Amino acid sequence: MASTIKIRAKTKSGTTTVKALFSHPMETGNRKDKKTGEKIPAHHITEVTAEYNGSVVFTAQMGPAVSKNPYLSFKFKGGEAGENVKITWVDNKGKGDSLEAAIK
Amino acid sequence: MNDIRRKFLKTAVGLGSIATAIASGLLIPQRAIAAYMESAFAATDASAALIAAEGSDQHTPSDEVKIKAPDIAENGAVVPVTVSSTLPNVESISIIAEKNPSPLAASFQLSGQSEAYVSTRIKMGKTSNVIAVVKSGGKLYSATQEVKVTIGGCGG
Repeated sequence: MASTIKIRAKTKSGTTTVKALFSHPMETGNRKDKKTGEKIPAHHITEVTAEYNGSVVFTAQMGPAVSKNPYLSFKFKGGEAGENVKITWVDNKGKGDSLEAAIK
Repeated sequence: MNDIRRKFLKTAVGLGSIATAIASGLLIPQRAIAAYMESAFAATDASAALIAAEGSDQHTPSDEVKIKAPDIAENGAVVPVTVSSTLPNVESISIIAEKNPSPLAASFQLSGQSEAYVSTRIKMGKTSNVIAVVKSGGKLYSATQEVKVTIGGCGG
């Protein structure tokens, strides 16, 4: 099954920039189903963790107001080409996914 | 006696493999981050959201916090927001869309290795201020940008 995470990690002048794209509906819980008129329950990523070299370098807590198929970019000092960054997400239904990608 | 042993061993092995399957089937990463700030995201006004997320709603506008967001968002469902700061020892960054039903859009916890920079896309229900709140040295600093929304992003 294809991953729900896409990662681009590049290092330049001692700083690594990570861009991640997640496949997720990010339902706010306010939207109504057009056919039934019922509110579609909230279903969104709650936490994202980024790990490098075995330690957590960045975490994001997301509410339902983050756009569908969330985009996230952050930076950290260090990181060398060939080393891995690992990104993990968890949503409010307890599901999640994780992906490791090499820094370029 | 042997029959009983055989049956017992059969069941035991069966159970063992089920246990392994359950263990490896766990999709939830067990590494706990700070507990999810549920109340901060449920808060319906910016002040309460900030107090829940960052411990206080007192923030000082600062030139050292930069927020980049469009003046006019054509699509309220996807508003790109980038926050950066030149303040030292930034521990966290929070993004607030003042007039959203729940103003706290996202909150980021930085490590000692992080650079004070984050970029994401948020939904906005209507024209409102977007406030970037940065915690540095235990105090809150901010930058605000009004984003006009022509088509609301909350599906309402």
